[in-house]
Amino acid sequence: MLPALLAILGVVLIPMVNSLWLSLQQHDLSRPQEDAFIWFTNYVELLKDPRYLNSLLATFRFSLLSVAIEVVLGVAIAVVLNQEFRGRGFVRGLMILPWAMPSIVNAAMWKWIYNADYGALNALLAQLHIISHYQVWLAEPMAATSLIILANVWKETPFTVILILAALQTIPTDLYEASHVDGATGWQSFVGITLPLIMPVLMIAALLQFIWGFQTFELIYIVTGGGPFSTTEMTTLRVYATTFRSLRFGYGAAMAYLTSLIIFVPAVIYIRSAYRKVVEV
Amino acid sequence: MRRASNRFFLYVCVLAIVLWTVGPYIWLIISSLSYKIDLLTVPLRWIPARLTLENYYSLFFIRGSESVNAHLFFQALGNSAVVSLTTMFICVVLGVFAAYAIARLRFRGSNLMVLVMMATQLVPPIVMVVPMYVLMRKFDLLDKQIGLIIVDISIVLPLVIWLMRGYFASIPSELEDAARIDGCTHLGALFKVILPLAGPGLVSVMIFAFIAAWNEYLYAFIFTNAAAKTLPVLIGEFSTKLGLEYLRIAAAGVLASLPPVLLALIFQRFIVRGLTAGAVK
Repeated sequence: MLPALLAILGVVLIPMVNSLWLSLQQHDLSRPQEDAFIWFTNYVELLKDPRYLNSLLATFRFSLLSVAIEVVLGVAIAVVLNQEFRGRGFVRGLMILPWAMPSIVNAAMWKWIYNADYGALNALLAQLHIISHYQVWLAEPMAATSLIILANVWKETPFTVILILAALQTIPTDLYEASHVDGATGWQSFVGITLPLIMPVLMIAALLQFIWGFQTFELIYIVTGGGPFSTTEMTTLRVYATTFRSLRFGYGAAMAYLTSLIIFVPAVIYIRSAYRKVVEV
Repeated sequence: MRRASNRFFLYVCVLAIVLWTVGPYIWLIISSLSYKIDLLTVPLRWIPARLTLENYYSLFFIRGSESVNAHLFFQALGNSAVVSLTTMFICVVLGVFAAYAIARLRFRGSNLMVLVMMATQLVPPIVMVVPMYVLMRKFDLLDKQIGLIIVDISIVLPLVIWLMRGYFASIPSELEDAARIDGCTHLGALFKVILPLAGPGLVSVMIFAFIAAWNEYLYAFIFTNAAAKTLPVLIGEFSTKLGLEYLRIAAAGVLASLPPVLLALIFQRFIVRGLTAGAVK
């Protein structure tokens, strides 16, 4: 027990403290002679760094839109899969597929689908007569942003579906029968019964998805590389470029720290709700 | 009549969900089995008239100028297998003891420990990357399998403990008390009574651990550059390099996704239970 805990604390806490320390220094591998302890200068600089601020905006846009779509789509799919139909077990089982896919394969797959010459997206839209010519989707800011969100939604929605499905199954059916007798429509009983009862689970799923959205790296790195014109350049990519391309380790550490402070609030809410569960068990 | 049209509408929804969930992946598989020239035809034939294993052969066999790829592919496959199986094994062994201690011994602060562990799960990997890189360079662990295993343990172990704790908590402690009265030690009770009962839980935890380690990208991407490169890193490299054969990337992607996808589909019941109990990625 103790060794396991020490290992976790060692591997997580030491780097975290180390990172905080690093973020208060100027530490550029390319200019080692200028290394110095500079207090919060890195942080002050960050708040004035237009590329960093732009990346924050891109991250929020990506995470919030992803979560919104994942929640709506997740609930819709879960409600459908909760009905009685033939092959229900099989279809529910399929939900696990996007979840299990390595995220890098997900990224490569969607990059392939969005390919301008061979891409399935162009082929599909052309066959449906929505577009007349094949488009270079990823060269356009609006389209690129929507398409990486689409790729993310495909991979992450099943997690929400699985959680919601489990929550739906705990709702006693007599609640619905009662509301049916009272003359409620399907929609009314969804809003009046289903939604309030799945709300706690939905909140957890949304929080986790938001936190994970903030951490997304490989999808963006592979599909758009942050482009076009940095519209999809998320903070994770910025940290990577600052640290491992420009070799500014101190500034990169400060950037990573400042960004994680932002998801600190949702993280605390998540942990508090999980804590309640721990105490119950 | 209304009922019939409702049924019809339900099946249309289910069909749409199935297409959306498996469509992109099926397209990846079809692409990996196609000739490039066939994919250029407009309008595209979704099910090609002829299929080929050429893209797979070129990953596995040395052929003239493509020999480098075969070598890289085997190396990455080996690294992925070694790193993820070792990580899984160590995490399950350590995790079982730790989770048992937390679930049963109920020492002071055991709840707090669970919380600290959960909190480590929410620290964005990008924060850890910079200081870990500095530390790993100091200890000469960069681009080594063992370095990657240590890092992966820090991600997977909290997950294993969190899930196992839930399984142990669901087994009535009276069983153990009986074993202890019969003269078993804590460890004896764990091995003779609890572990056999927690069997399904153990299976699902092993699968979670394996998938998490196998799919991990960011750390492997930063901490390896040649000898210890894993399959996800290689695929990422393939897909950011221009001019590389897309169809070969598709084939590599299918192969890399097969172990986690098949495991998840075969053991979906365990996975779904784990996901809903632990709300983990």
